[in-house]
Amino acid sequence: MSMPMYVSPEQLMKDKADFARKGVARGRAAIGCTYADGVLLCAENPSNTLRKVSEIYDRIGFVGVGRYNEFDSLRKGGVRHADLKGYTYSREDVDARSLANLYAETLGGYFTHEPKPLEIEMLVGEMGEEPDGDQLFHLLYDGTVMDMTTFAVIGGEADAIRGRLTETWSRDADLTASVVAAVAALAGPDRTLAADDLEVAVLARPSDRRAFQRVEGDELDGLLA
Amino acid sequence: MNLPIFRPENDPGPSFLGLLDRLGLGPDEAFRRIDSRVVDGVDSGLAPHATTVVAVRHRDGVVMAGDRRATYGSQISHRSVEKVFPADRHSGVAISGTAGIAMEMVQLFQLQLEHYEKVEGKALSLDGKANQLSQMLRAHLPLAMQGLVVVPLFAGYDRRQEVGRLFQYDATGGRYEERDHAATGSGRLHASTVVKLRYRDGMTPEEAVDVVVEALFQAADEDSATGGPDLVRGIYPVVATITADGFERLDDQWVGERTALLLESLTGGLTNGQMGGKTGGGSPS
Repeated sequence: MSMPMYVSPEQLMKDKADFARKGVARGRAAIGCTYADGVLLCAENPSNTLRKVSEIYDRIGFVGVGRYNEFDSLRKGGVRHADLKGYTYSREDVDARSLANLYAETLGGYFTHEPKPLEIEMLVGEMGEEPDGDQLFHLLYDGTVMDMTTFAVIGGEADAIRGRLTETWSRDADLTASVVAAVAALAGPDRTLAADDLEVAVLARPSDRRAFQRVEGDELDGLLA
Repeated sequence: MNLPIFRPENDPGPSFLGLLDRLGLGPDEAFRRIDSRVVDGVDSGLAPHATTVVAVRHRDGVVMAGDRRATYGSQISHRSVEKVFPADRHSGVAISGTAGIAMEMVQLFQLQLEHYEKVEGKALSLDGKANQLSQMLRAHLPLAMQGLVVVPLFAGYDRRQEVGRLFQYDATGGRYEERDHAATGSGRLHASTVVKLRYRDGMTPEEAVDVVVEALFQAADEDSATGGPDLVRGIYPVVATITADGFERLDDQWVGERTALLLESLTGGLTNGQMGGKTGGGSPS
């Protein structure tokens, strides 16, 4: 009887991480950032029908990059979790923090226990009643979760994009300035991105109960002009 | 709570009710355990009863309205209940029947529409929404047969056809699209009569509001379970318009002003002190 080949846990985790990172790096990038009126979610996405940016709940939005079927299944899970929680308790009890924790658990579970880790990276953004309540949660393929109040970049070439956005991002920028900064950071010095290549949404004050609004078509053209 | 993720063969899809069912949290779970021989919702006085609601089509969409009274047998149990709710951005639902169950049904209906929209990334068609409500009513039939009847009205702005549309239901889930107006609840006959006489094709939203305010006033005049305008407490019918711009619940103060105009026309310009003798029944001319 042959013995299964021994692989050290360090090696196993490293291989899985490399594999997941490669999968994520192949995808186009997305940005989540706070701005004067709330949270901006902006992804490079040439498809008009397969969404990367989505609504989760009244004040919570979602961006995923990497393998579409994998992050979309987690997106649906997030919508279900949020709607269930709002139904069981109250709408105001639904928050991004607990959703981010659940996502982290799920991603970590896949990373440790499944043969193939999820090749995705996600952002969960939440708009607060007041500007200092705005939050972003950045989730990695292995379940790492980081919370921030500035901006986060996920997907391919994230480091370069992060570097560019550091120069231009401002907490007090209005929508136009934020979109222009985010799109320029995504495009880099050698490209320009048109409205058709982008998927943009905001969670903005003041708002109705459902704050999530897509910015598309003429409105987006106008902002980029 | 963990993240509800399902295998493809077990996935509830965009249905929130399906999701509750998978997780054993469905609203019917509790009721399945009730012994049907024991409970008769009407005689046991289990819950208050909500009454008259009415919907009228106008030039830009529809207007929905409901009185504010809930009754417990011959008692008035609540004076300011709401019976008209937004179902989503472009539709509304109004309820009559057993109040607690009707409100739970509205909450689930709202969630069902929103959940679908978020999961699918696209709102249901107006017919799809109306059909969902039918199915919820049909699922509720066993309880309806024990006396816990719920009969809603559904109305909305159809963004494909660009018209207001309204749907009437029965307790078995039967769905009947009405062209111009619909009413349900104990005062529906009187309310319908007023609407029928006052209705004109292509009314403005304001005219339609006046029609429903008068319809509810006359229904309250004839039906003890329907509440009239309460001038002492400043409680007026809930009126909402649904147009291309969406669902909007009208300001109470504004409905109060329209009610005051109606009362003035009914009393033929008599001052408040002399009111009473002619209230109700009179024609405005």
